[in-house]
Amino acid sequence: MTIKGKAYIAGIFEHPTRHAPDKSVAQLHAEVAFGALGDARLTRDDIDGFFCAGDAPGPGPASMAEYLNLPKLRHVDSTELGGSSYVALAAHAAEAIALGKCNVALITLAGRPRSEGVATGTTPRLRDPNQPEAAFEFPYGLTTANGYALCAMRHMYQYGTTSEQLAWIKVAASHHAQHNPHAMLPDVVTVADVVNSPVIADPLHRLDCCVISDGGGALIVVKPEIAKSLQRPLVKIIGAGETVKHLSGGTFDLTTSGAARSGPAAFAEAGIKPADIRYASIYDSFTITVLIQIEDLGFCEKGAGGKFVADGNLISGVGKLPFNTDGGGLCNNHPANRGGMTKVIEAVRQLRGEAHPAVQVKDCALALAQGTGMQLGTRHCSATLIMERE
Amino acid sequence: MADTRKIPAPIVTVETQAFWNAARERRFVVPTCGACCKAHWYPRAICPFCGSDKIEWCAASGRGQIYSYSVMRRAKEPYAIAYVTLAEGPAMLTNIVACDFDALRVGQTVSVVFQDSEDGPPVPMFKLA
Repeated sequence: MTIKGKAYIAGIFEHPTRHAPDKSVAQLHAEVAFGALGDARLTRDDIDGFFCAGDAPGPGPASMAEYLNLPKLRHVDSTELGGSSYVALAAHAAEAIALGKCNVALITLAGRPRSEGVATGTTPRLRDPNQPEAAFEFPYGLTTANGYALCAMRHMYQYGTTSEQLAWIKVAASHHAQHNPHAMLPDVVTVADVVNSPVIADPLHRLDCCVISDGGGALIVVKPEIAKSLQRPLVKIIGAGETVKHLSGGTFDLTTSGAARSGPAAFAEAGIKPADIRYASIYDSFTITVLIQIEDLGFCEKGAGGKFVADGNLISGVGKLPFNTDGGGLCNNHPANRGGMTKVIEAVRQLRGEAHPAVQVKDCALALAQGTGMQLGTRHCSATLIMERE
Repeated sequence: MADTRKIPAPIVTVETQAFWNAARERRFVVPTCGACCKAHWYPRAICPFCGSDKIEWCAASGRGQIYSYSVMRRAKEPYAIAYVTLAEGPAMLTNIVACDFDALRVGQTVSVVFQDSEDGPPVPMFKLA
C-alpha cells in the first residue's frame, strides 16, 4: 500500500495579508479555504474531507467545520504536529483518498500572532503543566530561540560550521524575497548584515530568525479522476514520511533532526533520490533549521551543510538546490508561527511553473516540502512530502 | 555574571515528588532503573529504556560536561541555557550560573549547584568546575 500517485494537490492559496488586526482567526481560515477552492475550480460542497491542526480555533476540526458550514464531511483529521502539520496533513489526505475515505480534502492554516502581540521566540512559555518535561525545562528559561541555538552551537562545535555559513541561508532567502510583493522583508541582505545583526541567543543573530506574521494558507487534495477533470496543472503526491524526534531519555544528538527519518521514508516511497529533486521548500524557523534538515534529507553529508549552503548554493538560478523561492519564513511570512503550509504551496507553484519568473526553476518536475514543527532543541515533529508534475 | 534572574517554581507532580524532596535537601539524584541499570533524564516513573517501573533515585556525582549552551542575550537579564552530559550518562537541560558568559565553551567540566526558585524547591543548575 502506498500513496504514490493516489492523490493530487489541485488547489493552493496563500493569504496575502501579513498583518490582520481587522480579521478573526476563523475568518482567515475561511478566506484561505475559499481561496484554495477557487484555485482548484471546486466549490465548498465538493469537500468531503477536512484537515486542520492546532491553529484552528476550538478543539479539533469541529468549530471550523461548522463556521465553514461544510455539509458533506465523511473524514476529518486534526493531527497536531506544530509547524510541520500541513506537510503531514497533505500526506494524510492522500492516505484517506487512497482508502476511499474522501475525494476532496481541504487543509487550512491561519493565525495572527503578529496582531496578538505574541512574543514568540524569546519568552519562556509554559504550554501545558501536564507535559511531563515541564518542570525540567520551564525553570531554565527555554525559549524557541535559545532551543534552536543549542543545536546551532553544537553543530558548530562538532562540524566547524560558522555563523557566516548560516548567514548564507538568510542571504539566499532574501534574494528570493525581493521578487515577492507580499514579503515582509523584501530587501536583499549580505552575510555581513546577518552576522552584524544583534545576537538573540548565541550563536543566532536576529537575521538568523524567521519573521512573525499573520496570515494563512490552504490546500485542496483530490483523487486522480477529479484532478484530471479540472484542467489545472497536475501535481501528484508521490511520497511522504513523518516522525517525532526527541531527547531519548537523555541520549541524543542535537545535530540531527527528524528529517533523518521522515526524509528517507519519503524518498523510498517516491522511488527517487535527493539528487533528483529540482526544488526544495525547507522549513526555516531559523537558519540552523534549514542547514540540519538539508543534511538529514541527504542533499549533502552530515556535517557538510555549512559548505553546502555557502556561496549562493540555495539561490534559484545560481546554486544547485533552489530553496524557499517565496522568501520562506526567514523573509516572506510565517503565518500562525507555522511554516509548513507555505512550504507546500511554494513547491506546488514551482511544479506548476507559477513561481515568480525570476525564481522559477526550469523544468521543475520533482519538488520536496520539508517541515520541522515545535522545538528542534528538545522534541519536534518532522514531515517530508515529495511531489511530481505530471 | 549576576544571577538575579527569578527562577519560576518547577511544577512538582506525584511522579517527581521524590526528586524535588531531595532537591529541597540540596541532594542531586538521578533516576536510575533497577531493572536495566540505566540512568535517564528527565525524571519519570517508567524507565524510557526498558519500561520498568523500578526507578531508584540514586545520589549522583553532580559532575558533568557542557554538551551545548546558548547565552540568551535578548533577555532583560541574560542567562546561559545548556545541556550538560552527566557523569551518570544522560544529558539534561539546565543553566550555567556564576560564570563569565563569554568564557563558556562546549566540553567544559561543570558541577551541580542548587538555585532557589521563586516559591518552589531549588532547581539543579551548574557552575564551571
